[in-house]
Amino acid sequence: MTRKLKEKIIKNIFFLLSLVSIFVLGLIVVFLFKEGFPIFKVVSVREFIFGLEWYPTYDSPSFGIWSLIIGSLVVTFFASLIAVPLGVLSAIYVAEIAPSLVKEIFKPVIELLAGLPSVVLGFFGMAVLAPWLQNTFGLPTGLNILNASIMLSIMAVPTISSISEDAIYSVPQEFKEASYALGATKFETIARVVVPAALSGISTAVILGMARAIGETMVVLMVAGGAAAIPESIFDSVRPMPASIAAEMGEAPFRSDHYYALFATGIVLFFMTLFFNLIADYISNKFKEVGSATL
Amino acid sequence: MKWRYFKQNVFFVTIRFSAFIIALSIGAFLVYIFMNGIGAIGWDFLTLPPRDSMTKGGIMPAILGTFYLTAGAIIIALPLGVVSAIYLSEYAKQGPVIRLIRIGVNCLAGVPSVVFGLFGLGLFVVFLQFGSCILSGALTLGFLILPTIIGASEEALKGVPQTFREASLGLGVSKWQTILRIVLPNALPGILTGSILGIGRAAGETAPIMFTAAAFFTAKLPTSIFDEVMALPYHVYVLATAGTHIEETRPIQYGTILVLVALVLGIDLIAIIMRSYIRKKKRW
Repeated sequence: MTRKLKEKIIKNIFFLLSLVSIFVLGLIVVFLFKEGFPIFKVVSVREFIFGLEWYPTYDSPSFGIWSLIIGSLVVTFFASLIAVPLGVLSAIYVAEIAPSLVKEIFKPVIELLAGLPSVVLGFFGMAVLAPWLQNTFGLPTGLNILNASIMLSIMAVPTISSISEDAIYSVPQEFKEASYALGATKFETIARVVVPAALSGISTAVILGMARAIGETMVVLMVAGGAAAIPESIFDSVRPMPASIAAEMGEAPFRSDHYYALFATGIVLFFMTLFFNLIADYISNKFKEVGSATL
Repeated sequence: MKWRYFKQNVFFVTIRFSAFIIALSIGAFLVYIFMNGIGAIGWDFLTLPPRDSMTKGGIMPAILGTFYLTAGAIIIALPLGVVSAIYLSEYAKQGPVIRLIRIGVNCLAGVPSVVFGLFGLGLFVVFLQFGSCILSGALTLGFLILPTIIGASEEALKGVPQTFREASLGLGVSKWQTILRIVLPNALPGILTGSILGIGRAAGETAPIMFTAAAFFTAKLPTSIFDEVMALPYHVYVLATAGTHIEETRPIQYGTILVLVALVLGIDLIAIIMRSYIRKKKRW
C-alpha cells in the first residue's frame, strides 16, 4: 500500500467516525418517532399538543399535554428570571473587575456547580426548600413552581455564566481603551461598549441556559409537585414534560397508548430544545467577532 | 461627575454581590450535605448491600453499579470523541460539511437527559433487545457525554502549536504519523482532563439510566453486562421518593448523597487541578 493511499484511507475513516454525532442525533429522532408516532392514530396532533386533559391511566384516557408544556415553560421562565441576572452579572464581575485570585477561585467554583448531579439538587429542593416554603408562606405544599424555579436556576447559572464570560473576554482591548480615552468611566465602558459588543455571546449563553432548564428532569420530577393542570400562581404545582416522562414511563405498559404518548411528549421536548440550540448556534455564528475589525 | 461614580459603585456592588451569592450557595450546599451525610458513612455503609427493604445496610451495589456504567460510557465515548475531534481540528477544511458536523455536536450536547433515556429505551432495550442492563445504560451515557469529550479534545488539539506540526511535516513525516507521534502526545493531558469531566457527568446522571439500566434493588451483584444494576443517583431518587420509610431512611439518603457528591465533585476537582497544573507546566 502506498503511503498516499494509506493517508487517504485514514482520513476517510476519521471522517466517517466524526459523523457519529449527527448519526446519533438522527437515531434519536428515528426512535422517538418510531415509539411515539402510534399515539397519533388515537388522538390528532392538535388534540395531543393543545389538549387540556392528561389522564393517561383512566378507563377512557385522554392524552393532552398542553398543561405539561405550560408547566415546562413556566418553570423555565421563572428560573431564567433568577439565573440570567445572576449568571450575566457574575460573568461581568469575573471578566472585568475581579482580582486575579478571585478569578482563579471563582471559575472552578462555577465548574463544580455545573457538575452537581441534578438528583442532589432535586433532593435538596424536596427535603430542605419545600418544608421551608411551606412553613414560611403557609402553603398546602412546598413542591411548586417557585421551588422548581429556584432549583432549576442553580442548574442554569453555570451555563449562562461561563459562556457569557468567554464572550466578554473576547471583546478586543482596543474597544475599551478607546472608550476610556474619551473619558468614560469603567461602568460606562462596560454598559455601553463591552456588553453591547459581547451581546451575541451573552444571548447564546442565555438561550443555552434556558435550554438546559427546559430539558432538566430530576429537579422538576422531584420538586415541581406533579399536578397536570394550568397553574394560576407561582405556589401551584405543575407537571413539566420531563417529569411526566420520567415518572410515568416505569408504569406505562409496554407499547400501550400511554407508552406511545410519553414518547410523543419526548418528541415535543426534543424539538423544543433543538429549536433553542439552533437559535443559539445561529446567533453565535451570525455575529461571530472576527478580529477587531468588526462592529 | 459624582453621580457617574456613584452609579459605577452601585453597579460594582451589585455584580460583586451576584458572584458572592453563587459562591455562597455552593458553599452552603456542600457544608449542608457534608454535615448531614458524614454520620451515616462508615466501612459497613460502603461495603455492605442494603437490607430490610433498604431501610438499613449499605450502598455497595450502587457504588459498584455506577462504576460499571461510568466505565462503560467512557470506553464508548473516548475513542469516538477523540477521533471526531482529530478530524475536526486536523483534517477538516471549513465548509458546509464541517458546519453540519459542528451543529450536530452542539445539538447533541443540548438533547435533554430524559430524551436520551427514551432513545436508549427505544434503541438498546427494545429494538436491539439488550433489555435493561449495564450495556444499554453505558451506551446511552456514552452518547450523552460524547459532545463533552469532542469539545475538550478539540480544544486540547488546537492548543498544540502549529510550528510543531510544521517541523514534523518539514522532515517528510506523513500527516497521520505527525498526528500520532507529535500532535496527540502533546494534546493528551488536555484530552484526559476533558474525559475526566465527562466521567463526572456520566456518574451523576439519573434520567438516562432510569429506563435503560437502573434497578430499584438487586439481590446479587451483576455478573455480566446484560444484568441490571443499582446506581448511586437512582438510589438517591428511589430512597427519597418511593416507599413508606422516607423519613426513617433520611440518614441513609444523606449518606448516599454525600458519597455521590464526593465522587462526582472529586472527579471534577481532579480534572480542574490537572488542567491548571498542565497550564503552568506548559513549555510553549
